Amino acid sequence: MTAPASTTTIDASAQLSASLVARFPDSVTADARPGFSGFIVKKENLVEVATALRDEFSFDLLSTVTGVDYIAENKMEVVYHAHRTTGGPGIVFKTQVDRVDPIEVPSLINVWAGADFQEREAWDLMGIKFTGHPDLRRILMWEGFEGHPLRKDYKEAFYEEDVKPYKSRWPEGNHTYAEFKNPYRDNVKLPEGFSLDNYQPQTEDQLYFSLERSSTKNDAGHEKEMGDHMVVNMGPHHPSTHGVLRVAVELNGETITSLKPVMGYLHRNHDKIGERNTYLQIMPYTDRLDYFNSMANNFGYAVTVEKLMKIPVAERAEYIRVIMAELSRVQNHLIFIGMLINDLGSMYTPSLYAFEERELILDIFEAVSGARMMCNYFRFGGVVRDIPDDAMQKIKDLVFDRLQAKTDEMERFLNENEVLVARLKDVHVLNAEEAIRHSVTGPCLRAAGVPYDLRRADPYSVYDRFDFDVAVRYNGDMYDNYLIRFDEIRQSLRILEQALKQIPGGPINSQKPQYQVRVPAGEAYGRVESPKGELAYYVVSNGKPNPYRYHVRAPSFVNLTAVETMCKGVKIADFVALLAMLDIVMGEVDR
Amino acid sequence: MENKYEGLNLPSYNIPEDIQNVVSITTIDRLYNWGRRWSVWPLMFGLACCAIEMIAAQTARYDMARFGMEVMRPTPRQADMMLVSGTVTKKMLPSIIRLYNQMPEPKYVVAMGACASSGGPFKEGYNVVAGIDKFLPVDVYIPGCPPTPQALIAGMMKLQEKIDKQSIKRVRWYEKGKVDSNYVPMPILGPDLIDVRRSKEFEAAAAKKEGVA
Amino acid sequence: MYGKGILKGLGVTLNRFMETYLDDISWWVRGKKRYNSPEGIAHRQSKNTRGIFTVQYPEEQLLQPEEFRFVPFLVHDGDDKKDIRCTSCGICAKVCPPQCIWIVRTNDPQTGKPVPQPAEFYIDMDICMNCGFCAEYCPFDAIKMDHDFAIASYERNVYNLEKLLKPASYYAEIRPLNYTKEEEARKAKEAAKAAKAEAAAAAPAA
Repeated sequence: MTAPASTTTIDASAQLSASLVARFPDSVTADARPGFSGFIVKKENLVEVATALRDEFSFDLLSTVTGVDYIAENKMEVVYHAHRTTGGPGIVFKTQVDRVDPIEVPSLINVWAGADFQEREAWDLMGIKFTGHPDLRRILMWEGFEGHPLRKDYKEAFYEEDVKPYKSRWPEGNHTYAEFKNPYRDNVKLPEGFSLDNYQPQTEDQLYFSLERSSTKNDAGHEKEMGDHMVVNMGPHHPSTHGVLRVAVELNGETITSLKPVMGYLHRNHDKIGERNTYLQIMPYTDRLDYFNSMANNFGYAVTVEKLMKIPVAERAEYIRVIMAELSRVQNHLIFIGMLINDLGSMYTPSLYAFEERELILDIFEAVSGARMMCNYFRFGGVVRDIPDDAMQKIKDLVFDRLQAKTDEMERFLNENEVLVARLKDVHVLNAEEAIRHSVTGPCLRAAGVPYDLRRADPYSVYDRFDFDVAVRYNGDMYDNYLIRFDEIRQSLRILEQALKQIPGGPINSQKPQYQVRVPAGEAYGRVESPKGELAYYVVSNGKPNPYRYHVRAPSFVNLTAVETMCKGVKIADFVALLAMLDIVMGEVDR
Repeated sequence: MENKYEGLNLPSYNIPEDIQNVVSITTIDRLYNWGRRWSVWPLMFGLACCAIEMIAAQTARYDMARFGMEVMRPTPRQADMMLVSGTVTKKMLPSIIRLYNQMPEPKYVVAMGACASSGGPFKEGYNVVAGIDKFLPVDVYIPGCPPTPQALIAGMMKLQEKIDKQSIKRVRWYEKGKVDSNYVPMPILGPDLIDVRRSKEFEAAAAKKEGVA
Repeated sequence: MYGKGILKGLGVTLNRFMETYLDDISWWVRGKKRYNSPEGIAHRQSKNTRGIFTVQYPEEQLLQPEEFRFVPFLVHDGDDKKDIRCTSCGICAKVCPPQCIWIVRTNDPQTGKPVPQPAEFYIDMDICMNCGFCAEYCPFDAIKMDHDFAIASYERNVYNLEKLLKPASYYAEIRPLNYTKEEEARKAKEAAKAAKAEAAAAAPAA
């Protein structure tokens, strides 16, 4: 086939464009809006084109599915980003439908299983119905919630103005609580004439019906006694679900027969608030996505907006960014290991050791950015401030003298522990094919033998200047998933050593400090390798000070798509460890 | 009558000089409060970013065990304090209320961080409860986003001060005839979050809006 | 041998256990204080820390870097709270991501024109996300981020002007480097202004 080589050249994408349009002359057109790229696919041919993209053009990994509400044009657009796991730039294709309910778009779940949760999210928040989706329930809000909040005509209860800054803060300056401006005196919005007396809240039947009850009939077709099947709800308040995740598990004895994650217990409306914010104001909100790695989140967002603004990044700042992102990865993986062992039942000791190194790394973040966790350190074109001399010394101390030794110690401490090995070895997590099909990225994909790391596959910032290996392991069992975090810590330390030696002097921002940036109209999709996987931002600008559409492709959220495949047939005790393997953070899952 | 004994339970109570060596009024209150203040067991319950700082406060560097607060109980039946550590969303709220109702008295609620105190940076969001104090009686508010572990410990010390000031005679959990004085009815997840205590008010507002339209 | 891995792990824990005492002894031999001294705390925050590295707040406190930020405060010069640096230009209110700053401007009672001084200034500390944008973009160095984190209370925290104001000397104390840098920049600016005025005065004479 005419699938082009995976090189990052303009020729390749032009060639791809030509061959795709030639393949589907009637249904695919190039997106000609200024600042936009990719293709517009007729919705009737969407599944056909997607299948061809996967099979013939080898875009095997679906990264993002999201909707954009173009209310002025009366269109609803669904945007898809697909990538090759062999590397290189991705492809973006869109389909447009009239903005009249019901808005229907064919589901791509049979082409890429990774579309599952993202399509449900688009249904929940934008009201786009994906026909053919087997389980199209609300995912972040609860069943029965009124409205689709990410539509442009949805106004939340504490709505003040379309975009920040609000005039009531300055120049008006009348301090009042938002509660007093709302007729309900609370963050509540009810349909007109609502009355509790004749209201029947929706039950969770749909969730329980979505669990596979096929098991009520045994192989011979006889009704099985339901007595040996039991539905267990884990969470949202459960010590091992890493936050407020809830999982409805159907058990046969101790074996999981079916399972559905239920999320949204920490849905903080990141996208909606982001669309009200100015570009700069979003930066501290990104800190709160994956709250272990605010530096990595900042990184992704800065990269995306810089793409949109077409501005360079100061040389020194690039190195500072890499240093911060890699330090962040080191502490994330250490915490991962500590928490994993915690979940396996060895309470505290390993995680206390992990937290010790983390504290020392957070001291550095505090010294450079001012806050331990919510760093808010990156700005468009660079970073806020230079690393103070004493902090620089401390980074060097840690990287050259301490972290390596402590990683060794951690490995000596745990790797050969017989109990640990017995729990982890040969418990299958994912094989390469399953992982790619479910759009799993990050260490889980690499532990399944796919060397897909954005720092190599589609290099951003200055990662192409460093000598490091993409950590890969091939068994795809839990033990490999565990060991690969140590590999990644070592590679990160390698990058850190080089970056600290090579870091040049000079300014730390290519732009003047400004709180109102000018962003030309267009779209941008920026992605970085966050410690949890591929973190991507999709931003649409209409030239105003606020983004028109702002969407986060959170790795934890998409990785969770695979959890059902991972856990079917395993014992309930292993489920806790398998969930830990995905390394989810609820701030990022629910946003 | 009451004023005469005001502060009798406090260490600073001024004992008249002539009986200083005769009576000791160290009282049951001080013993009672001393016992409680050094064994406040938090509910092992994390919501969002603040939960990570809460964990950090439990780890070696900050070591809340020094305050007798290291025993994080995953079950509400054994917990004394609910540390609301993070954004309270509408979807999560019924679970939180259920946990709170299951906690035995004496129980305390600490709103850790901006989100739990007032909704914080996410206050405007459609799925966010603007402060847990709308539903639960909050004892201490700790500002910060997130509060550093040291700020959390400072807040815990504030809670200890509050415990110190309580008197066994007046605490709500020994009052006669008042069963479950702190019971909070479960809110309903309908078209939006409905606080059943205020449902009539909500209905009136919804009707009024219709009238205007 | 089965169990070797576990023994190895136990060795690590034993080592960690011993290190505290070894460190204590080495400090004692050198005649220095490992606990309750700035030197000791700095050691426990450095790469050389080993064994117990607990910093026993409130008796001890972690060394805060200069850039540490918690909640904002307003700077006033002099001793009384009259000489407020803020001009109520509104940049902090505009840049604030969660929009937790309210500024009431002053109008001159006679002319009705705005006066560059805030009549009232509210920050809802329970909405503030400690991002530091207000301090970063303030052109008058009037709003800064505080180091004081022990501000837990029994009530919701909405600070008004009275409560927000802190003297410039306090600011100089918590952020000495920034303070000197800003003072130098201001002096240079004033000198440039004076030189310009001088030149302007000299120009018609020539």
